[in-house]
Amino acid sequence: MMGRALVLYVALFGLLLGVGMVMGAPFTVRLSVEAAAFALIALGLNIQWGYGGLFNFGVMGFLMVGGFAVTFISVPLNMDFWNSQGPFMLAKVLAAAAIGAALIVWVNRWKVTGRKKRVAQVAAWVLAYLIYRSQIDPAADYIEANAGFVGGLGLPVVVGWAFGGLLAAGVAFIIGKICLGLRTDYLAIATIGISEIIRALIKNMDWLTKGTLTVSPLPWPVPKPQELQEFRFDVSQSFIWSRAAFGILVVAVAVGALVLAQRAYGGPWGRMMRAIRDNHVAAAAMGKNVKARQLELFVFGSVLIGIGGAILTSFAQIFDPGGYQPINHTFVIWVMLIVGGSGNNVGAMFGGVFIYVVWVMSEPASQALFTTLSSWSADFGLGAIPEIESRALQMRVFVLGLVITLALRFAPKGLIPEVIKRPVAETQEKAVAVRS
Amino acid sequence: MNELVFFINKVLISGTVLGSVYALGAVGITLIFGILRFAHFAHGDLMTLGAFVSFILASIATSLGIQTFWPNGFIILPFAMVITAGLALGIDRGFYQPLRARGVKPVTLLIASIGVTLMIQGLIRLFAGVRTRSFFEEVPKELFRLDMSVIGASRPLVISEPQILLVASTLAAVIALHLFLTRSRLGKGMRAMADNADLARVSGINTRHVIRATWVIAGALASLAGTMLALDVTLKPDLAFNIILPIFAAAIVGGLGHAYGAIAGGFLVGFAETLSVFNWSVLLRPFKGLLPEGWSFPSDLSIVPTEYKLTVAFVILVVVLLVRPTGLFKGASS
Amino acid sequence: MALLDVKGVHAGYGGAPVLNGVDIAIDAGDIGVIVGPNGAGKSTTLKAIFGLLKVSAGEILLDGTDIANSEPDRLVPMGLSFVPQEFNVFTSMSVNENFEMGAYIRRDDFSGLLVSIYDMFPDLKAKRNQKAGELSGGQRQMVAMGRALMCGPKILMLDEPSAGLSPRYMSEIFGQVTKIAQSGVAVLMVEQNARQALGLASKGFVLAGGKNRFTGTGQELLDDPEVAKSFLGG
Repeated sequence: MMGRALVLYVALFGLLLGVGMVMGAPFTVRLSVEAAAFALIALGLNIQWGYGGLFNFGVMGFLMVGGFAVTFISVPLNMDFWNSQGPFMLAKVLAAAAIGAALIVWVNRWKVTGRKKRVAQVAAWVLAYLIYRSQIDPAADYIEANAGFVGGLGLPVVVGWAFGGLLAAGVAFIIGKICLGLRTDYLAIATIGISEIIRALIKNMDWLTKGTLTVSPLPWPVPKPQELQEFRFDVSQSFIWSRAAFGILVVAVAVGALVLAQRAYGGPWGRMMRAIRDNHVAAAAMGKNVKARQLELFVFGSVLIGIGGAILTSFAQIFDPGGYQPINHTFVIWVMLIVGGSGNNVGAMFGGVFIYVVWVMSEPASQALFTTLSSWSADFGLGAIPEIESRALQMRVFVLGLVITLALRFAPKGLIPEVIKRPVAETQEKAVAVRS
Repeated sequence: MNELVFFINKVLISGTVLGSVYALGAVGITLIFGILRFAHFAHGDLMTLGAFVSFILASIATSLGIQTFWPNGFIILPFAMVITAGLALGIDRGFYQPLRARGVKPVTLLIASIGVTLMIQGLIRLFAGVRTRSFFEEVPKELFRLDMSVIGASRPLVISEPQILLVASTLAAVIALHLFLTRSRLGKGMRAMADNADLARVSGINTRHVIRATWVIAGALASLAGTMLALDVTLKPDLAFNIILPIFAAAIVGGLGHAYGAIAGGFLVGFAETLSVFNWSVLLRPFKGLLPEGWSFPSDLSIVPTEYKLTVAFVILVVVLLVRPTGLFKGASS
Repeated sequence: MALLDVKGVHAGYGGAPVLNGVDIAIDAGDIGVIVGPNGAGKSTTLKAIFGLLKVSAGEILLDGTDIANSEPDRLVPMGLSFVPQEFNVFTSMSVNENFEMGAYIRRDDFSGLLVSIYDMFPDLKAKRNQKAGELSGGQRQMVAMGRALMCGPKILMLDEPSAGLSPRYMSEIFGQVTKIAQSGVAVLMVEQNARQALGLASKGFVLAGGKNRFTGTGQELLDDPEVAKSFLGG
């Protein structure tokens, strides 16, 4: 199995070299840095799904949380905001939120049960919502009118990445606490619903995130190309080196995460996790606290996804809440995981890089294909293909669908499958196959 | 009384229109879940596909010079429904059936449906491009303005022809579905299989037939819903992908697997959306005189801001999943 | 040649085989009863006959045709009918609809049969439009048997029909089984209440470890001291 992984990684490196020859070095370095971030994200999802069997269909939400976090931490202070009434008003908002939360908790603790309690709970939620709205609406209007948005804290970018992981962990903790009891498919629907709620909030809370107006340029953790150019690098060189330096940081984070995940997976903790995934009833019967362990996985995986989201945002130098789409930010990562091999960290990261390259390169590849086809059809008197560029861009969606379909059909365990043998689970699977 | 007319226009009519679309989509999702036990994420794209089939047929009809009292997008619907049902069958044969034959878990089928979503969207965008189209590029959409001076309102009730057709055809589809499920042999077999698939098999019910019938119904209703939605608004590649979650919300509110629940859930979610973004302050306007001098009602009394309209559906989805994952009407429907 | 002839069947759920050579032979009008300890493969035998799990060796002959590994939707038209032990009614459907589902394969008019089944289980007449899920355990078992009879079977297979029933319902079910057999249907059932069931049986099969240990008429098995000692609790 190690041999297979090695061959595939060498082939992947060859693929990147090939891309470099066709598309040029600056493009390929950019692609590689983004691919490394996606490898980190796929690793995070693998911890949730591959280790824990937790169907997180809300990856997009966590990427946005990470993106927002790094924006908030690294963007310079907005003095217009700090010198205004804004901070005071936000403090009132926080107080209102706390009062509302306390109200809900207080009602939840009532000893009464049945219909009365339910009415009281609904009333508490409504009241808490009204209290919050009474403070947030004027505060939001005031900040947007006087300062644009709250701005950032002006701290180093790497701190922002860490905060991305932390914030994602917090969000994951809350989601996990309320959702992890759900069946797999219900969990999928719930998490995709929650990620849409997160998207709606981040997109529309202009006072905090600037919403669709976008925040840019975001600071870089390494010297920017423009800074290098002042320093005797030519334009192309400056882009290569600046992006490469960024890439080294990303690879360091990704490899660090991999080492951590591998060590945890091989140890007793990992064995327990697999036991829970494969038969959580038996694991619970053996006295394992299944829900708490699953919550750990969900939070740990989300940390990596959050960091990945923060990295992608700071690399793009723009936080654009309108640019997040379920296809580009949730489905694609699932394809990475399934194709790479869920349950195998090395496989998941391979899938992350490989699928990202396929995803990005299917556009120029299709464009080349269409141009050739177009010249043929023109030669045959059928006329040229119209709108080649916009059509080629859409090909990547189709290619992604095709790849996942083929993978499910011909390599359901992924290109680098999980290594651990699980005889019990396998016989069960066969029995199911015969019966249905 | 203008305020009341405004309420009817903004809440009742648009809620009914939205609810009809959700209901038709949710019925398909719920039937597929009942029979095949997986959440069919590609259903929104099946609706979009159906709408594009209709668009092509309508364009052909128009180019043949067919002009009737009804919009061409509507008269070709039976054909579009048949074609989309065939496409749904083909999708099952090509993508889901081979996996079922291998005995995979339902969640694998869910992932496969994501693949189908991506391929359908990719193909539609590849061939049709990303631009927005209208069924009414040549003939204008008919608007009915019902004079409401009877109740003392100066503003008319406004409803468009596609909206009337949508509500009417939803009603017809629901009645037809009800008759199918309660009167026909195959329909009862479908309910039996949703109830207890093993026992259905033991009873000699041909489960392959039932599965095929499920796809035919789901495909036909998806085509109806997608086309009517495109007639009401416009046609674009992500037409129904954008509303797949509200549709899931409708199916879950009704209890996955319960056809009648899905219809009720569709209208419930539709009305919840329109009611929560409606500015209730409008209805208070006539009572302004009752307030002391210098006082006024708040100008905005909507429950959530308009930009959170779809979010209402997501919140319903999540809350119902957490509080009552079996649906709100359990026991009330079959 | 018997109506149903099971010869040396081996079968399992994919792992270790559960059946290691089971022989069953019954004819029209017979009541065949399969008894044996837990895990002997009694229910598995019925499932193997009904094509619900894979038969790896041996033959299952129905009227001389090998039906091993056939799908249920082919077996039901051939006259084979099966009542599982659990989840054996459509809970969300009415009693009447449950019966209609039993007759799913029939294209002819089955109203006469429906009337005779309500005559057989008069308790159900008043509840014909009630959902099966709302009935008591004994009534459900009747619905399940009625459903299985609606296809007009030659062979009726029952998996522990008396499990969990009150004595009143149990004797009613056994009484109906006798009547069904008298009407010319072969009944093959698995029973925990071995003594009572063997009392009705014209053929008895004692399974252990997935194989026949004893085969004979019901009375022969009841009289056999070894069977009584090992399998009937002394």
